[in-house]
Amino acid sequence: MSNDLVLRVIGRLLIPFILLFALYVQFHGDFGPGGGFQAGVIIAAGLIFFALTHGVNTVRKVVPDWLVETMVASGVLIYAGVGLAGLLFGGNYLDYFVLDHNPVHGQHRGIFWVEVGVATTVSGVMLKIYYMFASRSGLED
Amino acid sequence: MAIAVFALILTRNLFSVIVLSGIYSFLMATILVALDAVDVAMTEASVGAGISTVLLLGALHLCKSKEAKPVHKPWLPLAVSVSTGALLVYGAFGLPEFDDPAAPIHQNVVPRYMQNETDVPNVVTAVLASFRGYDTLGETTVVFTAGAGLIALLRRRKKAAPEGARRKGEA
Repeated sequence: MSNDLVLRVIGRLLIPFILLFALYVQFHGDFGPGGGFQAGVIIAAGLIFFALTHGVNTVRKVVPDWLVETMVASGVLIYAGVGLAGLLFGGNYLDYFVLDHNPVHGQHRGIFWVEVGVATTVSGVMLKIYYMFASRSGLED
Repeated sequence: MAIAVFALILTRNLFSVIVLSGIYSFLMATILVALDAVDVAMTEASVGAGISTVLLLGALHLCKSKEAKPVHKPWLPLAVSVSTGALLVYGAFGLPEFDDPAAPIHQNVVPRYMQNETDVPNVVTAVLASFRGYDTLGETTVVFTAGAGLIALLRRRKKAAPEGARRKGEA
């Protein structure tokens, strides 16, 4: 499949828009449908599409294994860190009201970072699963 | 959707099973849009129809593309699933109407969610990330644990192979 010229060209054209849409879903999740989970899956889907058309090793150069594994763990740490930040500012665990002088802004800030954490972990895990399957089944060429 | 399900049951070719389940997921996503659950529909379309189709195709690459003949007679599992389905349908008759404002689910915590002290326009995001932040933290941890387990399961063999080869070379 990686030798199909039409797929390669169309893939190259589409992937920036897929990633941009993922960012839109991520940061517009407060206002429209979407959020961290969906955005993470869309990021992973865009990169997997890249892997299908250009081979896994090309994607590995862009997003190496150590980065993916760091993403898997750091997302959960960001989320838990937001909870700890609530504790440090004198509230309860995962209490966003204390994160800013204005409680409503604190809520926005907390939700933003929590969604970032979710997106990081989800996209990392999805990509890692795909890498695993691909490296086992010899799709790497 | 019913056609997709029956085709799923009847086909023995795993490739068409994967494609059919992707179709089923997309139909499910349209139903969720019709029910006004856009967030869930988006998740269903991207996870159910997108990622899991790709991962299942990757898994199919590793095994045979024909489903094996069943070893046991299907009557006992069929009876269990049919009776469970009948129970669920029977239970669904006891639920309130779909758009009933007096339904119990709208009486307890939903009024507080709707007051929206977080001032986030999308209530689903507010509930997921703020009101039920602990749940979402747990979910993220589940995703992380699944990924970590998969890494632990699949990576070992890949590392063991070059080591074994090196030992052979030394001997």
